[in-house]
Amino acid sequence: MSKLFSAFLICLSLATDALADGGVDTGDTAWVLVSTALVLLMTAPGLALFYSGMVRRKNVLGTLMQSFAVLCVVSIQWVLIGYSLAFGPDRLGLIGGFEFFGLNGVGQEPNPDYAATIPHQAFMLFQMMFAVITPALIAGAFAERMKFSAFLIFTLLWTTLVYDPVAHWVWGVGGWLRDFGAIDFAGGAVVHISSGAAALAAALVLGRRKGYMTEIMPPHNLPLTVIGAGLLWFGWFGFNAGSALGANGLAATAFLTTNTATAGAGLSWMAVEWLHRGKPTLLGLASGIVAGLVAITPAAGFVGPASSLLIGLAAGAICYVSVAIVKPLFGYDDSLDAFGIHGVGGIWGAVATGFFASTAINAAGAPGLFSGSGALLGKQLLAIGACFLYSFTITMVILKGLDMVMGLRVGKDEEMQGLDITQHSESGYSL
Amino acid sequence: MKKVEAIIKPFKLDEVKKALGELNIEGMTVTEVKGFGRQKGHSEVYRGAEYMVDFLPKVKIEVVTSDEMTPKVVAAITGAAKTGKIGDGKIFIIPVDDGVRIRTSERGIDAL
Repeated sequence: MSKLFSAFLICLSLATDALADGGVDTGDTAWVLVSTALVLLMTAPGLALFYSGMVRRKNVLGTLMQSFAVLCVVSIQWVLIGYSLAFGPDRLGLIGGFEFFGLNGVGQEPNPDYAATIPHQAFMLFQMMFAVITPALIAGAFAERMKFSAFLIFTLLWTTLVYDPVAHWVWGVGGWLRDFGAIDFAGGAVVHISSGAAALAAALVLGRRKGYMTEIMPPHNLPLTVIGAGLLWFGWFGFNAGSALGANGLAATAFLTTNTATAGAGLSWMAVEWLHRGKPTLLGLASGIVAGLVAITPAAGFVGPASSLLIGLAAGAICYVSVAIVKPLFGYDDSLDAFGIHGVGGIWGAVATGFFASTAINAAGAPGLFSGSGALLGKQLLAIGACFLYSFTITMVILKGLDMVMGLRVGKDEEMQGLDITQHSESGYSL
Repeated sequence: MKKVEAIIKPFKLDEVKKALGELNIEGMTVTEVKGFGRQKGHSEVYRGAEYMVDFLPKVKIEVVTSDEMTPKVVAAITGAAKTGKIGDGKIFIIPVDDGVRIRTSERGIDAL
């Protein structure tokens, strides 16, 4: 009798396995869905607070609103065409086709091309949050002076013309950089180099804020910025460890490298600033933390903890120099250092991946220079150049075009009054 | 009737309030203000960019009192707000023509 019963149980469990649609793993799915929500948190309110604390009080709402508006715009763009352009069947290595238009065929079954153990929709959603945060990052370069209407159109065009193709090149099956052998674990090139290059282009096209370098423009609320940095750090575990696309050892490694690099970068920015300016600053510590998160992103699942510490320590120092020394030298107004931290930190992270990547950590990666092969470093450099140049050029074209059609900047008086009142008829603080 | 207007270091406000309370001063107006005198400002550094902050935060206390009480009020404020370091602030004494208690329409000293 008991034998019969256990046989029945086995049959039952086999039947449930078969029912558990085509290889979906519950643990993997749970982790990726949670990671998706964590990456959402990075944009809103993480990045929104991080940026809005650094602007003047008259622009706090306008800056918060940019991040939240991007979240809404790109969420819909991604469902309609974005996902298809990035991850649809390959066209010439350059872009995805329209097969997934409106999420056609993107259902609960896994898509083994990308993630064999989670529903295709879960993969699509996880990627959506990356597409969301990338244009939101650029906003740091043109903070306090862009028209909200122009900002909305720019976000839609940039996501479609820059983010979607670049994501396809690097991550899409058949994408030319993926086939070429460049590696990017969680979006160093796709997210940070592309947004950083766009940020530099935007700072150049929009020009400086009125009074830049002559008037005092201190951050109006650093506690907001620090809360934002904390939320970014927290959410970044979804960004990087979630990019393992499973609840597994690789996710744990990426979690560990992320935390270690970030800690190193926070301390190194603080230390370099202490030596250079005489005081350790909270904004410096928070900025270093973000620089470390950016730099470890492409490497997170390809390097070990010791390498991640070196990547982080260097990231804090490199980004400090780019923000505190290089920027004033050239005089461009990358207002919240979107290029200085995401562009420069992303480039360093992609280069560092070429140095430190090890197939002992992740067999799906490639050996870096310190594992005895220089080939990866060369491929990384080419990928950096391609993503940077493409994003920089197309961003220039989009912005120049929009400037002619509708104008990018608010008027001088409006800039003096602030975006909150002139763009939104609201004030952040009533006293 | 005089108005005593004192600009003091913000952290001295509680001590000054207590000293004035001991004189039975029954009302005052306190405002957060910014400005500079001989202390000048200080510098702040954000991501390596240094700013001179000229206007320092101070607290302005306004007390209207009788002519006889004025020297005591000034002495109380001076005693409580003094640290002996540059930036302790200033006191100005201004004649006041009249005053009105809105609730009762009392005038002059009675309105205080």
